[in-house]
Amino acid sequence: MAGALINVPKEIKRGETFEIKTLVRHPMETGYRRGPSGEAIARDIINRFACTYDGEEIFRAELFPAVAANPFIAFSTVATQSGELAFTWTDDAGHSQTETVKITVA
Amino acid sequence: MTDRFRQRAAASLAGLALTLAAAAAASAETAADGRRSGFDFMSRETQGMQRDDSANPGMLWVRDGEALWSRKAGPAERACADCHGDAKTSMRGVAARYPAFSEEAGRPINLEQRINECRSERQGARLLPHESQEMLGLSAYIAHQSRGLPIAPPEDERLTPFRDKGRAFYEARQGQLNLSCALCHDDNAGRRLAGAPIPQGHPTGYPLYRLEWQGLGSLQRRLRNCIVGMRAEAFAYGAPEYVDLELYLATRAAGMTVETPAVRP
Repeated sequence: MAGALINVPKEIKRGETFEIKTLVRHPMETGYRRGPSGEAIARDIINRFACTYDGEEIFRAELFPAVAANPFIAFSTVATQSGELAFTWTDDAGHSQTETVKITVA
Repeated sequence: MTDRFRQRAAASLAGLALTLAAAAAASAETAADGRRSGFDFMSRETQGMQRDDSANPGMLWVRDGEALWSRKAGPAERACADCHGDAKTSMRGVAARYPAFSEEAGRPINLEQRINECRSERQGARLLPHESQEMLGLSAYIAHQSRGLPIAPPEDERLTPFRDKGRAFYEARQGQLNLSCALCHDDNAGRRLAGAPIPQGHPTGYPLYRLEWQGLGSLQRRLRNCIVGMRAEAFAYGAPEYVDLELYLATRAAGMTVETPAVRP
């Protein structure tokens, strides 16, 4: 797992609802496919995504098979103060990736 | 004529002018000669995905390429950036001119082959395999620098025989289904094949993210896809036949806008 695109507005007003868009690279292997010699390819999908705002969890999602590779997740929250958004994706193989973005609330 | 009538007439004239202006704007999107990018055949949602750089998965590879651009490789310990500097200026418009004639090869080469030429001649590094994540990253990053520019195949006399070969390949029937590229992409473009719209086959956004592939792929991957679909024998990656065809396609799409990294269904 490597690489994520995160998009938050540059300027956010206090009390305003803003959208956070995330896209992470992951093959999202379904577990239903077979390799060239017929062996089953183990399932490896991102099963959990969470976002914290200054340490407080504001969004969490459980993911299941049938989500395409490189999942795109968008959600909204209310701007309360300038701070840090941290995003964590965790997959079946136990790998997790965390990205952080600083936001400025005027 | 009463004043009221005059007002109404003026209002309806203004309305007509607006309608005409809207119609003109809509037709400006398609070139005057009727050429249309595959982008125009997509759903609004997929178009939105391509337009928004934070929703376009192709940007992941562009970012990879940006990192590779300044990573030193080979015994020469040289990065692309050491010779070419900032790709944002030095590579602007470069991908729009490929395939181009190579003195070393004595024939046209595409962007991927040019990258490998640099790697072997200047960096002494191992060649990047076709469709490897590194090759896709670098070529996407370089082609991305030409986004928004018109496709501009070089006016080079030496290319003419190869372009003609590409055109002959494009028009020749092949495979068990006895189809040619032209049969779908010229004669039946805009119609549907098994529910999917047939685009005109302009290579405007390669390497591109195809939803069906769930990943980025080169133009040659797409060409192989079509050739296998015609139940013909596909050439190996890097075969001169593909490059000739790429050259013809670039000429056919000359002046159309580069979209790399595009998103396609």
